[in-house]
Amino acid sequence: MADTATNVENKTEGGESRRDFLLLATSVVGAAGVAGAIWPFVDSMNPAADVLALSTTEVDISQIEEGQSVTVVWRGKPVFVRHRTQEEIEQAATDDAAALVDVQTDADRVQKAEWLILVGVCTHLGCVPLGQKPGDPRGEFGGWFCPCHGSHYDTSGRIRKGPAPKNLAVPPYAFLDDEHVKIG
Amino acid sequence: MSSPEWNNPVIKWVDSRLPVFSLMHHSTAGYPTPRNLSYWWNFGSLALTVLIVMIVTGIFLVMNYTPHVDMAFDSVERIMRDVNYGWLLRYVHMNGASMFFIVVYIHIFRGFYYGSYQAPRELLWILGVIIMLIMMGTAFMGYVLPWGQMSLWGATVITNLFSAFPIVGDFIVTLLWGGFSVDNPTLNRFFSLHYLLPFVLVGVVGLHLWALHTSKSGNPLGIEVKQPEDTIPFHPYYTIKDLFGMGVFFMFFLAFVFWAPNYMGHPDNYIPADPMVTPAHIVPEWYFLPFYAILRAITFDIFWFIPAKLGGVLAMFASILVWMALPWLDRSKVRSCKFRPVYKWFFWVLLADFIFLGYLGGKPAEQPYIIMAQLATAYYFAHFLIILPLMSKFETSVELPESIASAVLKKGDA
Repeated sequence: MADTATNVENKTEGGESRRDFLLLATSVVGAAGVAGAIWPFVDSMNPAADVLALSTTEVDISQIEEGQSVTVVWRGKPVFVRHRTQEEIEQAATDDAAALVDVQTDADRVQKAEWLILVGVCTHLGCVPLGQKPGDPRGEFGGWFCPCHGSHYDTSGRIRKGPAPKNLAVPPYAFLDDEHVKIG
Repeated sequence: MSSPEWNNPVIKWVDSRLPVFSLMHHSTAGYPTPRNLSYWWNFGSLALTVLIVMIVTGIFLVMNYTPHVDMAFDSVERIMRDVNYGWLLRYVHMNGASMFFIVVYIHIFRGFYYGSYQAPRELLWILGVIIMLIMMGTAFMGYVLPWGQMSLWGATVITNLFSAFPIVGDFIVTLLWGGFSVDNPTLNRFFSLHYLLPFVLVGVVGLHLWALHTSKSGNPLGIEVKQPEDTIPFHPYYTIKDLFGMGVFFMFFLAFVFWAPNYMGHPDNYIPADPMVTPAHIVPEWYFLPFYAILRAITFDIFWFIPAKLGGVLAMFASILVWMALPWLDRSKVRSCKFRPVYKWFFWVLLADFIFLGYLGGKPAEQPYIIMAQLATAYYFAHFLIILPLMSKFETSVELPESIASAVLKKGDA
């Protein structure tokens, strides 16, 4: 073709490596540009500002009697707030010494011993365990029982039996005063 | 060009069963392209680029849009304020519509100037006009989705156009609305079609390209390729030229997105739709203005059987459909205006007339604009139906060069 002449000329001056460099440099700049252009699209699928704004939930705990549980919504998920009885607290402390799948002491899972606050999502495949209502089965360890695949949680929400690998998660929370908890 | 020999065994195995690699080769390195294409030939690939940008941004916008009259406007505002980079996606999509029309108008007028519609490229050209029509429908329905004042009233005016047709008119309008005015059912079906039509466009663009690769690209000289010296491979020569043009184009495009995102829009569309109040001055988006001017120019009955309302609608549709007849209206043996010394000037007059119509379309429907629009409309049709056929018959063209290679190389020597 017509540009054979220029090719020959470039080669004698080591033009081939210069051309390779230009091609590589252009490709790198192009790839960086494409990656930069893709990011806004990907990030637009992340939680939006209004979704993040709903990421804390305040709970009034003054009406929850000892032995009672309530379920509140935090980030679209159920959160269990249980006002534990003295027996349950003692049982949980005793179980610290039991053979635990996911070893953790009860003291590490609560801020105040009578208030156990957990994300109510089974760590196996995401079902909501039973045990919040008075008539619910609470499993063999007196905590929660997941009906989907039979995971048993104890009075500290720790996994004791069944396929779930982890304890029920403790969400970040803070006591605003004696009657209010902020979750998230 | 013959099929390439593949050395890689995997490529060879796939290609002998599904010749995708041969297809890619035939449309790039194996596609012989005239060696003299100017930058006016960049706009086809640019149009395809914008189409892809529109589809991708559109898909991501839909992830956060709600097609309901009570929520559509707020969901768009949520995209602008709360969704990560939502403002960017929306402004790219919004300005992308304008960019699409800028690119396609240039592509079409390139065709007018260089006689791109002439045999053997009639079908290629007609497919292009169909693309333009689908684009216009898609753009119109997309403009309705934010459910601002202009969305609602633009939709009301444009759907009412169909009521001009005798007997079936009211039936069609009710069918379009799904009710007795532009309301939630209308918004829902427009959303559905606005998502569908771009993919129809992709299909028709595929046919457009197929036709192109069959009859091959035209060129500024308007003479056919005669010998191998007249061509160069599309890749790398025109891939790199298209990429360069794309870079320049994106600078233009993104300058609007970042610095003047609402320049080509209408502020009234930031007022939520209100079916009780019509804005004082309704205008369509800028890219519809020339046709809108033609629509409004027919303020009189045509003969005794076409009332003014129907006449306007027919004139508007005819102003685009007449493009389809171009291959047969233009009888000239010469394609390019480069060699048509007189007709060349009429091309520029037509372009000026079209831009003037666009200006008039944005003006209120009062004198002296009405009479100006009537004259401009008359000239528009006269160009296609009288001037072009007569001119192509009687004009003496300049002598054509021997071949593309001889014309290009001679210029290089001088």
